Amino acid sequence: MPAMTESLLTMTAITQLLTSTMRTTAPVLLAAVGGLYSDRSGVLSIGLEGYMLGGAFGGFVGAYYSGNLWIGLLAAMIAGALLALLYAYFAVTLGVSQAVAGTGLVMLAAGGTGFLNRVLFRSSGDFVRITPFQPVAIPGLSQIPVVGQIFFNQNVLVYLAFLLVPVTWFLLYRTALGLEIRSVGEHAKAADTVGLNVTLTRYGCVLVSGALAGLGGAYLSLAHANTFIEMMTAERGYMAFAIIIFGKYNPLGALGASLLFGFADAVQLKLQIAGLPIPYEFLLMLPYVLTLVAMVAAGRTVSPASLGTPYKKQ
Amino acid sequence: MKAGERLRAALRPARQLVVPLLAVFSAFVVGVLVVALAGFNPAKTFAALLDGAFGSWYNFTETLVKSGPFLFTGLGVAIAFRSRSFNIGAEGQFYMGALAVSWLGVAIKGVPSIILIPILLGAAFVAGGAYGAVPGYLKARIGASEIVTTVMLNSIAVQIVSWIIKGPLQEPRHFYPETAEILSAAKLPVLVHGTRLHLGLLIGVLVAVAAHVFIYKTVFGYQIRAVGSGPLASEYSGIDVKRNIILAMAISGGLAGLGGAVELMGVTWKLYQNFSPGYGYSAIAVALLAKRNPLAVILTALLFGALATGANSMQRAAEVPAMLASVMQALVIFFVLAYAVYEEGFARRRSNRKRGVDRAKAGAADTVGGAGASND
Amino acid sequence: MYALETRGITKRFGSLVANDHITIGVRPGEVLALLGENGAGKTTLMNILYGLSRPDEGEVLVKGRPVQLRSPRQAIDLGIGMVHQHFMLVPAFSVAENVVLGMREKTGAVITKARLHESVREFSHRYHFDLDPSSRVGDLPVGLQQRVEILKSLYRGAQVLILDEPTAVLTPQETGELFKVIRHLQGEGKSVIFISHKLNEVMEISQRVTVLRLGKVQGTVNTAETDPPQLARMMIGRDLVHPARSRAETHGHPVLTIENLTVGQEGKRACANISLEVWGGEILGIAGVDGNGQKELVEAVFGVAAADSGRVILDGHELTGKGPAQAIDAGLALVPEDRQARGLVMDFSIAENLILETHRVAPFRRGMFIDDHRVGKYADAMIADFDIRASGGAGEPVSSLSGGNQQKVVLAREISRDPKALIAMKPTRGLDVGATEYVHRRLLGERARGKAILLVSTELEEVMSLSDRIAVMHRGALTGLVWPDVSQEDLGQLMTGAKTMFTATAPRGVGDS
Repeated sequence: MPAMTESLLTMTAITQLLTSTMRTTAPVLLAAVGGLYSDRSGVLSIGLEGYMLGGAFGGFVGAYYSGNLWIGLLAAMIAGALLALLYAYFAVTLGVSQAVAGTGLVMLAAGGTGFLNRVLFRSSGDFVRITPFQPVAIPGLSQIPVVGQIFFNQNVLVYLAFLLVPVTWFLLYRTALGLEIRSVGEHAKAADTVGLNVTLTRYGCVLVSGALAGLGGAYLSLAHANTFIEMMTAERGYMAFAIIIFGKYNPLGALGASLLFGFADAVQLKLQIAGLPIPYEFLLMLPYVLTLVAMVAAGRTVSPASLGTPYKKQ
Repeated sequence: MKAGERLRAALRPARQLVVPLLAVFSAFVVGVLVVALAGFNPAKTFAALLDGAFGSWYNFTETLVKSGPFLFTGLGVAIAFRSRSFNIGAEGQFYMGALAVSWLGVAIKGVPSIILIPILLGAAFVAGGAYGAVPGYLKARIGASEIVTTVMLNSIAVQIVSWIIKGPLQEPRHFYPETAEILSAAKLPVLVHGTRLHLGLLIGVLVAVAAHVFIYKTVFGYQIRAVGSGPLASEYSGIDVKRNIILAMAISGGLAGLGGAVELMGVTWKLYQNFSPGYGYSAIAVALLAKRNPLAVILTALLFGALATGANSMQRAAEVPAMLASVMQALVIFFVLAYAVYEEGFARRRSNRKRGVDRAKAGAADTVGGAGASND
Repeated sequence: MYALETRGITKRFGSLVANDHITIGVRPGEVLALLGENGAGKTTLMNILYGLSRPDEGEVLVKGRPVQLRSPRQAIDLGIGMVHQHFMLVPAFSVAENVVLGMREKTGAVITKARLHESVREFSHRYHFDLDPSSRVGDLPVGLQQRVEILKSLYRGAQVLILDEPTAVLTPQETGELFKVIRHLQGEGKSVIFISHKLNEVMEISQRVTVLRLGKVQGTVNTAETDPPQLARMMIGRDLVHPARSRAETHGHPVLTIENLTVGQEGKRACANISLEVWGGEILGIAGVDGNGQKELVEAVFGVAAADSGRVILDGHELTGKGPAQAIDAGLALVPEDRQARGLVMDFSIAENLILETHRVAPFRRGMFIDDHRVGKYADAMIADFDIRASGGAGEPVSSLSGGNQQKVVLAREISRDPKALIAMKPTRGLDVGATEYVHRRLLGERARGKAILLVSTELEEVMSLSDRIAVMHRGALTGLVWPDVSQEDLGQLMTGAKTMFTATAPRGVGDS
């Protein structure tokens, strides 16, 4: 036992753990950043789990049939966005309970991807695999000891996920479009009366959240498992939803919270491999327990004032 | 006018059926399309589905047996809905009820059925109820979204079960990942010889009636409904909003837990991985389709039981993945939501036409009445 | 030529004709008052002029040219600006952000804070509005928020400004300031449509008045050639009836006692050291501009929010630190401000709403059940007694009732349980004249029965005509306790905290009898 703890704390082990943290963070981070657009425009991003599943499956199907991972990514974004479109119709146009519609969407995505997966791939019973995204070393930077390995020798989706954080921050807080998105989420009627199109803004934001969460899902099938497994998102979409709240609806907060989750996940994986005398189910529980703790810790976070409230013109 | 009103009142229950029936019909139409697009023969598929659900007396009794878990979890979700709590945690609560029974149903030895069965059902209610009260408490006291917390608790419950059936409660030979079969005294008696129809189904119907009375006739039900429909007005009337949310979530969880117990004591007799194929999630569709009305849940649970039974035989006979049933359940949710909005819009246009007149009349009368009285 | 005019605008909701062939026009540099009581169709017309809703018939003309108004954007582009009664400002945003929201052509795609603040400060100076572009709008007092709204419209190049009940939220002094701003804008050739139901303000600020009643134009008159009684007759179709009340001496005793009540921590006190005694048989009015602590005071007295210090005593019962349930049980009744959220459960029937407080106890409760039969009989009696108009009887959901009838349900519930004291918070808000008079008569009726009544209202006329004594609140503190014959000027100064005045510390007749 002491020997094992020691081996967990060597420099290589720590580097490995942090490198792995970057990878476990990426899918939730993509979903959380995507969800931020939706939440900030006033539409609850409760369907993230569904977009992720759609993206995981769509991405896999696209990559498998085209033989091209990039087409897979495109397909993942389209799949996520299509599911988001359905949700937006109910949440924005019909103005129904977003909690119910979002949950319905997750069920539809779970059932739909499961059904199609069996129709397309599981007649043989074997998993069909693809060649996943490989790490791309950034010339120069990846040579830096430790840091290079952790930050600059990752696959493109990891880079994309982390890059989206400053991009989203800039867009939300430093551009006219960001001001408009936030105004729709804070006070939809005020936005309407200055001539902004509330419906269009919300549709746009929900679609973006679908596409980005779809990428997050595609990470799982195209850069992690190399195949599609039913329910492979394992509630990461709901965790992303919790991460947004815990991160106080700010991209930087979401980044911090995602890293915390990614780290917990990486530790959990590491411990499973290390073979500690703890039933692995308890390790698997860790992210879920962490989410509960995060929700309790977040308490009554101040959310965008119009969040979850449909806007109806007279 | 009077007669017309009476007729309309008489037709009101019938009008209530329009949305659910249309929703189910639409979900089936989309289901047929999906099946056809996926390259199967829709006629054969749905013939197999219907045959599986209703094709013979035995198949029909299987449908009834299958509807049990939907009934209990659906009732639970419906009651939580009444307090404006969205319990997606019926899945975990269902597992907790089953878990309690899988332990106590083996551990409490030498007690006759008549005593043991109520004890087990009570224990399952408490276990599920506690598991539902936790997210209720977090929602009421801290404002934590019950959607997230219940989903997380579901995953935790699945992991607990997964561990326990290979650990502390594994069957004595330590061979299969499942619990030991419960004692004979703990099993719910079969009602009709040659079928699997068990006492639990009868209990389910009684519980639905009790839930109906509870919601519509008791002080507790009244408060839960008040809190769900008008939280601020309730608070201003001295109703304890937080306590009622926790209460509704606890009862909701209790009912789901009862469902887990009944399924285990009546059908499976032991607990294993995937003991629930997602009953707790289907329960949302069951409750919505029933418009949160406990008595109507009996009917919608039956429908979902038929769908589940039929889907299995569909998979066997037509080789269409049974997952189709989950897709159709989700579709039911969407169609119920959409048609309810359309119906509301339709009703509003109608009542606007009617009310315009009434309000003009009432306004005039108000003014006259006001003036007349102050001249006194 | 008119800067903005409508010709034959008609708008129907079902068979209700909200606007019936409305023809109005405002000239350049003119203030046109649009006068009418609640429900006369002012809001509908305004929404049409601002592109928020479309007329079924008729046309809108800008400088003589017919225009299509399909969205606020088009109204803005045509030089129409609107200041809503409920401000359309994002509280979480800064002044500058609110002003430029949606004006990408002026800000550019990327917003630089320094440049943004500079340009908004400059623009604000041009109109002598002293607004700090960086302050958060939610932190500003109401009067300044209104300026942000006006600035917002001007920034969009408004030539015609529509002001919807702009004085409803202002103190008399702030109203004076607003009128200065309006005259200044007038001087710049801008037109103003001033929507109001307050006769004296209309007389003061406008050049012409168009009166609406029940969706129709009753006429347009030059302000100089009319007087308030004529306008009142046009507005309500008859003379105003002032509620008959006897100025009888009070023979009660203090029923509701509030002692040094403080809400909120040091630095952000919502209420500071409020002490009041409401006697049996009197109506004690609380006047003051909205947001000066009235709401927090009532919430703390009733127990829905906690007070930080002080005591509340109802007829010998200590209510301090207790919840609304105990307040209700002790005999305190409340007609809350927002009847649709706080007063009623909108999905519930009339009967169910009537027992919202009393369902807990006999006779409506029997064991763990609710006695539907008794509840039904009680509801029928209330419907008859309070003249609640509901086509479906006691089982009708309150959501389908008119505002006046909804308020009657609340009144019936609160009055029928025979409370010792009644708090009425803006009880006539949004009601038409008939329903308002009804509410007033009921309150006076309860006064006659010896109840202690605390009336909170921002309508000065209401407070002055109903109250036996008037308390004035400003920034959470009590600035006055005066008789209802106090002068408007004194009242205005009390409301702005410019002076304090405590002449009516006990009801008339106490002490000298």
